[in-house]
Amino acid sequence: MNTVKTPEHPMTPFLRMDRMPHIWCPTCGIGIVVKCLAAALEDLTTDLDNVAIVSGIGCTGRVAGYVKLDSFHTTHGRAIPFATGLKLSNPKLKIIVVSGDGDLASIGGNHFIHAARRNMDLTVICVNNFIYGMTGGQLAPTTPPTAKTSTTPYGNYETPFNLAYLASACGAVYVARWTTLHMRNLIGSMKEALQKPGFSFIEVVAPCSTLYARLNKLGSGLDLMKYYHDNAVIAHDMEPKDAGISEFQGSVICGKFVDIERPTWMDETTKGLSAKLGTEYVPWGNGRSQE
Amino acid sequence: MQLKTVDRMTLADPKGVLTGSHYLDGDFSCAEGALAAGCRFFAGYPITPSTEIAERFAQRIPRIGGVFIQMEDELASIAAVIGAVWGGAKAMTVSSGPGISLMMENIGLAAMMEAPCVIVNVQRGGPSTGLPTMVGQADMMQARWGSHGDYQIIALSPDSPQECFDLTIEAFNYSEQYRVPVMLMMDECVGHMYERVTIPHAEDIRVRSRRYTTLPPGEYLPYRAGEDMVPDMVKAGDGYRFHITGLTHDERGYPAMTEECHDQLVRRLVDKIRKNAQQIVHVEEENLEDADVVVMAYGISSRVARLAIQEARKLGIKAGLLRLIVCWPFPEHIIRELSARVKGFVVPEINYGQMVLEVERCAAGRAKTILVPHMGGNVHDPKDIVNAIVEAAK
Amino acid sequence: MRLWRIPLDIEKQKVPRGTMYLVKERCKGCEFCVEYCPRDVLAMSSEYNVKGYHFPYPKIQERCVNCDLCETICPEFAIFCLSEEEQEGTCNSKP
Repeated sequence: MNTVKTPEHPMTPFLRMDRMPHIWCPTCGIGIVVKCLAAALEDLTTDLDNVAIVSGIGCTGRVAGYVKLDSFHTTHGRAIPFATGLKLSNPKLKIIVVSGDGDLASIGGNHFIHAARRNMDLTVICVNNFIYGMTGGQLAPTTPPTAKTSTTPYGNYETPFNLAYLASACGAVYVARWTTLHMRNLIGSMKEALQKPGFSFIEVVAPCSTLYARLNKLGSGLDLMKYYHDNAVIAHDMEPKDAGISEFQGSVICGKFVDIERPTWMDETTKGLSAKLGTEYVPWGNGRSQE
Repeated sequence: MQLKTVDRMTLADPKGVLTGSHYLDGDFSCAEGALAAGCRFFAGYPITPSTEIAERFAQRIPRIGGVFIQMEDELASIAAVIGAVWGGAKAMTVSSGPGISLMMENIGLAAMMEAPCVIVNVQRGGPSTGLPTMVGQADMMQARWGSHGDYQIIALSPDSPQECFDLTIEAFNYSEQYRVPVMLMMDECVGHMYERVTIPHAEDIRVRSRRYTTLPPGEYLPYRAGEDMVPDMVKAGDGYRFHITGLTHDERGYPAMTEECHDQLVRRLVDKIRKNAQQIVHVEEENLEDADVVVMAYGISSRVARLAIQEARKLGIKAGLLRLIVCWPFPEHIIRELSARVKGFVVPEINYGQMVLEVERCAAGRAKTILVPHMGGNVHDPKDIVNAIVEAAK
Repeated sequence: MRLWRIPLDIEKQKVPRGTMYLVKERCKGCEFCVEYCPRDVLAMSSEYNVKGYHFPYPKIQERCVNCDLCETICPEFAIFCLSEEEQEGTCNSKP
């Protein structure tokens, strides 16, 4: 055992070590997403002083509390508009929204579609575990049909969202889906999304052993990872509308589905206002409020 | 009107000050007040009768330098405002009853995060959709208690378009001083009324700057406060790597869900306003020295009350006006003092009894308290107030 | 990999070697690293850590090529690998 003189874990500078260990369950995939994000930021040699993380409520919402960046743990569903305000008031910041499927697509659904429509310059990472974890395993808008949750004890009879399709339909410029097993691809996607101006959306399918797996008798988180291994289909450039996860324990379609160019809200607004007002227009970066 | 002078005051940024004598309505004056106070971020959603504030801001800000964004709903608006505060901006949103109800969760977040911002409620008849285009004053208690949990905010009540300008600046100044969301309780009458508004030169306007920390990263703790119970602020992008959460948190800003931590935090959030209430309270007193009857009013009702008081004086009743300029925190000590020497209080408000409850509580039976309610839709008939004054003087 | 001839620059090729480290108390016994190590280096120990979980150990340390997969897949930030150079120098690159 090599634990006699243990060097520091390489994640140490990125994490709030005074809050370790984290609260996520054994085999939860969120830790992997955090690690991949750290790897992506490191590879890009981003100045971490200019990166801010905004999260909502839920298990994934706790990410903000563990990373050593300017981080905000906001109210349920409102991470995206909070991030919008933060970005517009301080445009040099790179803002990453990390939240769960329920937080972003259920209560936060309206904000999600509008931020994508506006092409707000945000990178949104949605950890999709198909359930509401923190509150004890309730139905999520991504829960596959027939799955059991604590509020659908006889099985889910609703149709889940195809989040990639939703994001793409609303105008997101970058849409990708990976699982926590596809770590290298995920890091690659995160790097691309972080460098791309506009609304980038990465859905990460992650295991929830304590609730989703247990309520549906799917084994442990490791069994879910094995399921991703056996059932993930990498289909880059597949039409997002065909790339849904619509069957219980069906195929998990991964890949980069959308990578387009579109001017951001800030670009368009600045361009439009300068054209209309000419020299009278004061670009808002110069007109910072008194502090 | 005299602005209260305290520390950290600077001159207004002239770019945002529309100096001169104008004929403006309350909504437009509010927008001008915000620009004069240095507000450079506005996120809002249209709702009658507050929409004009947004429209004016949208029209003016591109020539001043700032951000206007119409968000998809009120919840997004208040969330964006709080986000903008942490980016370093002075930020504001406006709404009316139904929208303010939607914003309540995040107003609580602003109180918990101690994010200075201004929320304007141009009150209309309620409840629910109510009277969208007509006056009400029935959101006063909601301003104080609307969000869940124990917290305290500051709220102001303008009675004219001029005050809409002046008190918006006061609101921003209070928010920066106490790191608290401040509500400006306008009403549809004052908001849609056109009057002369005099906007002074920028060098005659005092605005309070945000108190940022002078400590280096590593030493700074986001929620460690000194004697004034208000911690120093920070903004994202300055290398502090701070964490802010709506969960109960300790001085480091980290979630700390223990009984002791919660007790300490909630006490400080409330006490920073409650214990400083006497400095924050701001009223206008007219003819109170010899008064037997005190008419306590605010907003548009105070103007009708003035007429009623004149009439009462003609009838030989010594009536006086106590006008709330800061309505929350409520001027408890003033009511207590007055209740010892007057016969009664008359409270005309365009609701079925809200601020009157505070008067009753503070008078504690020492003086009569008579409510003159008017549900909404229009201002009071002065005769009703006069009758109540006569009743109180008995 | 079998080669049809010995590459001319074989002396210049250096197969990376890594050493596995583990922050034992943080491990929650999820077994992701053991399952997905591409070189089958790891196995679960029969010992328990202070929380009562079994944790991985490098059964065949020599096979480790420092690919960092275990480090990336570990949700607890417990297991990591360092190459010889990384061990000698500072292990952390960015503040």
